[in-house]
Amino acid sequence: MVTAEELQKSILEALKDYKPQVEPSKGYIDVVVPVEHLVDAARKLKDMGFDHVISVGAVDYLTKKQLKIMYHLTSYLNEDLSRFMVSLSTYVSRDNPHCPSLTPVWLSAEFHEREEYEMFGITFDGHPDLRLLLLTPVVAALKPLRKDFIVKEESDNIEADYEGFKATKWW
Amino acid sequence: MSAQDSSSGVPHLPGMEVRPVERNVYEVQIGPAHPGSGHMRIIVELDGDVMVRVDPDIGFVHRTMEKLAEGRDWIKNIPLFERMAILDACNITLPYVEAVEKLLDIEPPERAKYLRTLLCEINRIASHLYGMGIFGVFLGHSTLYMWAFGDREVFVQLAEDLTGARLTHSYPVFGGVRRDMPDDFPENARKAVRYMRNRLNEYAKIFLNNPNIRKRLEGVGVISKTRAAELGIAGPNARASGIKYDVRLVEPYEAYPELDFEIPVFEEGDSLARAWMRVEEIRQSLNIIEQAVDWLEKHPREGFMHDKFWKAAPKLYKDVYEGNIPYAGKYRVKLMPLFATLKVPAGKAAARVEAGRGEMFYYVESDGKDVPYRVRVVSPSFRNVIAFKYVMPGHRLMDLPTIYGSFDYFPPEWDR
Repeated sequence: MVTAEELQKSILEALKDYKPQVEPSKGYIDVVVPVEHLVDAARKLKDMGFDHVISVGAVDYLTKKQLKIMYHLTSYLNEDLSRFMVSLSTYVSRDNPHCPSLTPVWLSAEFHEREEYEMFGITFDGHPDLRLLLLTPVVAALKPLRKDFIVKEESDNIEADYEGFKATKWW
Repeated sequence: MSAQDSSSGVPHLPGMEVRPVERNVYEVQIGPAHPGSGHMRIIVELDGDVMVRVDPDIGFVHRTMEKLAEGRDWIKNIPLFERMAILDACNITLPYVEAVEKLLDIEPPERAKYLRTLLCEINRIASHLYGMGIFGVFLGHSTLYMWAFGDREVFVQLAEDLTGARLTHSYPVFGGVRRDMPDDFPENARKAVRYMRNRLNEYAKIFLNNPNIRKRLEGVGVISKTRAAELGIAGPNARASGIKYDVRLVEPYEAYPELDFEIPVFEEGDSLARAWMRVEEIRQSLNIIEQAVDWLEKHPREGFMHDKFWKAAPKLYKDVYEGNIPYAGKYRVKLMPLFATLKVPAGKAAARVEAGRGEMFYYVESDGKDVPYRVRVVSPSFRNVIAFKYVMPGHRLMDLPTIYGSFDYFPPEWDR
C-alpha cells in the first residue's frame, strides 16, 4: 500500500529526465511536463502501470495566453495504482495550439481528444482519426469552450408581435 | 478521413465525408430517429451482413453543459448537471459536490454521508432497471420491459419519499443534503427491499436463463480483460470482463468504507455477463440500503448539514426542521442562505464516484469567484461509446442491438 506522497516521489523519479513539476491540487496528483517531452513521459507512466485515461481536459488561461491540456490517468489492472488519480499535463500556446496525440499510447484517449479538438481548436498531431465529435463545423469553428467565446444571456422579456395576429389578416 | 481531406479546410461531419468504399461493402446509417438507437447514429459498413466498420456518431442531444457551468453560481450547477441522467441524479451530481467540498475544505457530517449513500443506491437500482428494460425492448422481449419499468416505480417512489422529487432530486448540496428522511421511510424501504429480492429471481427465470435470450447473448460482443483496460471501458461493463475496479472499492467515498458489500465480477466479458452484472449489482445495492436504513434509524437526527451553513440559517428554518410549524412539514428546509453568495477559494480539485453506468468524473477549477472557472465532466457512457467502434466489427448486423443494449447506453449522459 503506497501513499500519495510515495507515489508522487516515484513518478517524479521516473520522469526526472523530462523536467516534471508538481502543481498544488486536491484529489489527484498534477504533474506538468513540457510539451516536447509529453509522449516520452506518457510512455514512462504507461510502463509504471497507468493503463487508461479517465479524462482529457483542457483549460483556457486567457491572460497567460496558454492552454493547459490534462490527461487524468488511473489503472485498472494494478490495484495499488487504481486508488489514485494522476494528471499528466502540459501547456501549449493559445494561438494555433498543437499537441502530440497520446492516442497511440492510450487508446482510451481517442474520443476525448476529438472532443477537445472541436471545443478548443487544439490539433492533436498523430491522432489516427481526428474529426468532429459533438458539434457541427460552424459551431466548432468558434471554439466554444475558450474563454473569449461568451454565451449571450437570453432576456426574460418575451416580445410577442401582437400586430401580426390581427384577425382580419386571416380571412 | 482526417480534417485535412476536406477541400474547403472545414472538417466534415461524420457520415458526410466522401470516401472510397470497397466492392461489396455498403453503408447503413442506423439512427438518429430510429427507435432502437435513441438520439445517436451508428454508421455501419457491411460486407454481406457482417459489420466491417462501425462509426458511432454522437452529439444529437449535446447541451454544452461545461460552458453553461462557467456562467452559473456554484449551487445552480447542481440542477444543471443532473439533467445529464435524471434517472441517476444523485450519483451524477455527487462528484461535483465532493470536488467543491474539497476546495471549500469542509467535510459533511456522518448522517449526511449515510443519507447520500442511501439515495445513491436507490438511484443505482432505478438506473439498472431502466437499462434492463431498454435491453429487453432491443431484443424484442417486451415482458422484461414492462416488468423492469414497473419495478423501477417502487424505487422512484422511495426516492420521492426521501427527497420530494421523483427524478431530479438535487439532493446532495455542499456540506450535506437538502433534507432528512421522513419517519415512515425505514419501513417502506425494507418493504421495497424484500419485494425486489423476490423479483430478481423471477428476472433470472424469465430473461437471463431463457434459452432464446441466452442464444442471442452468449459469446456476443466479447471483450477480454486487457482489451477492456486498453479501451478504458467503465463500470459494470468493465467488471463483466473481469476487472475488479469499482470506485466504491478503490477510493471509498461517503459512507461506503463502513458498509459491508461485495463487488460482483464476471470473467466472460460477453453480453450475457453484462446483463447478469446488473442483476447482481441490484442484489448488493439492496444489502447496502438495508444497512444504511438501519444506521439512520439507530442514530439521532442531528447534523444533516455542515455546521458552517446550519449556524447561519434563520430561526424559521430550524423551527420548520423540528416540526414546530404545523403546516410546513418536518425535517425539511429551504436551501441555506450562504449558498446564494458562496465564493469558492481558488484551486483545482478532481473527484470521482461510481454511478449506475460506471465511473463519473469531475474536474473543477476555481479562481475565487462566484462561478467556476472550468468544469470538466466525463460520464461513464462517454467512455463506453468507444467500445462500439472497436467491439462491433466482425459481428453480424443482428448482433448490433444486443451489444448496444448490453452496454446500457444513455445518449443524454455521454453528450452532456
